[in-house]
Amino acid sequence: MDWINAVLQGVLLGGQYALLACGLSLIFGVMRIVNLAHGVLAVASAYLALWLVQQTGMPSFLTLVIVIPVLAAVGYAVQRGLFNPALRHGELSPLLVSFGLAVIGANLLQEIFTADSRKISIGTLSTASVELGGLRLGVFSLITLVVAVGVIVGLQLYLSHTRIGRAMRATKDDPEAATLMGIDERHMYALATAIAIGTVALAGVFLGMSTQFSPTYGDLVLIFAFEAVIIGGLGSLWGTLLGGLVLGVAQTVGAQIDPAYGVLAGHLVFLVVLLFRPQGLLPKAVVA
Amino acid sequence: MSTLLEVDAIDVAYGDFRALHGITVRVAEGETLAVIGANGAGKSTLLKTIAGLLRPIAGQIRLDGHNVSHTPAHRRVREGIALTPEGRRIFASLTVEENLKVGAHGRRPGPWNLQTVYDAFPLLAEKRTRRGAHLSGGEQQATAIGRALMSNPKLLLLDEVSLGLAPVVIADIYKALPTIAAKGTTVLVVEQDLTQALTVADRVQCLLEGRTVLEGAAADVTREQVQAAYFGIDEQEVG
Repeated sequence: MDWINAVLQGVLLGGQYALLACGLSLIFGVMRIVNLAHGVLAVASAYLALWLVQQTGMPSFLTLVIVIPVLAAVGYAVQRGLFNPALRHGELSPLLVSFGLAVIGANLLQEIFTADSRKISIGTLSTASVELGGLRLGVFSLITLVVAVGVIVGLQLYLSHTRIGRAMRATKDDPEAATLMGIDERHMYALATAIAIGTVALAGVFLGMSTQFSPTYGDLVLIFAFEAVIIGGLGSLWGTLLGGLVLGVAQTVGAQIDPAYGVLAGHLVFLVVLLFRPQGLLPKAVVA
Repeated sequence: MSTLLEVDAIDVAYGDFRALHGITVRVAEGETLAVIGANGAGKSTLLKTIAGLLRPIAGQIRLDGHNVSHTPAHRRVREGIALTPEGRRIFASLTVEENLKVGAHGRRPGPWNLQTVYDAFPLLAEKRTRRGAHLSGGEQQATAIGRALMSNPKLLLLDEVSLGLAPVVIADIYKALPTIAAKGTTVLVVEQDLTQALTVADRVQCLLEGRTVLEGAAADVTREQVQAAYFGIDEQEVG
């Protein structure tokens, strides 16, 4: 029973990782940019939500209505102002730019909010649970998993069936041919980043509701998100969902063996996938 | 007939290499012009410059009388210029139908939609759910032309339609050109295949090493004249 419980808790944890990772996956899938500022942006979103709650007393979940559009706008601006110009200098440049952003972002957060650990209060929801055949599942974790699946399904549908989604996939295939279709490549990239960072904002606020965070917590977020993306297969959103779940289960099962082994077990699974299946578990179910 | 496209004495260079020297091209509305010439004559460069992928270092490009020389490529599509690029450049992970729909991204109104494109290229209708990566050369070319038509262009630029295709496939694709012209679309076609070029075009213009060496109504120029111009042989030598 303990083992079943560990796997189930892992699936729930995996929902959080998948939610955190899909923005990273989308940006890589469309532009081949590895955004190292991913984790910082998630943590910044949590701080913004916390600040809004403290300043206005608004309910925690309502902050999403502000945090998501604000971060999406930040994503658009970062793409147009920094990543697009960097892309002209080769594939490595955006990586370095995002690394710089991550360092600056973490330090800014520390200046503004101090290094203290914080948490966004969600009242009794944080301890609420439902019983399922003798196992207790956290309600908030369940919500996170449902939101993660919803976001990924939504993104897939958006990319598959909308005019802008098609244009994004076309731009991914051949940017120059896309401009011949009347598509403004720079705007399309910025829209993709805006959507991706919007999902990061959602994930970041959920993260801040479920755990203690501090300005440097973004590093850990980036690593887990990155592992989820690699395990699932680069550029594949369904893969990212699966990768998040695998990582979550690896961590909780590892912790079941010995509480100290949780995170380590996750890293090991990541390494094993890199060694024996470097293309990831679902490389074919591509974004496009 | 009013002039739709005026390319006025443009120079285009790749770094130090000058690809076009003071080229002037005029295309009247509804006309089909074939630009011919050997490899490296500057034909593709000319089309890319008209489409906005390259910028001239001198000269001007006007569409319907107004200067588009500084308009970015994606906005020229909205003004009514569509290019079917060399090598087709089909979106590999998109299906035929998705490729066509992307062609309509700018939402210019006009006679072309999925149905009229499928009517013009019946082979595409059967392959509509197939991905670009899995198409034959002819199917890719038809998709590329259909995709350009979906933007309802005033001016359609076709680059090397016949390149790498079997003669029967080429004939099949060229069969659609009269339909396209009949819908009022002006066509500028670049070809190495003289026979095809002379059959479909109202006028021909022959380039050699970035300069115009021959220009005339397709009915008036002889094959010998064209061949001489094509290879840069003096008129006297041909005799």
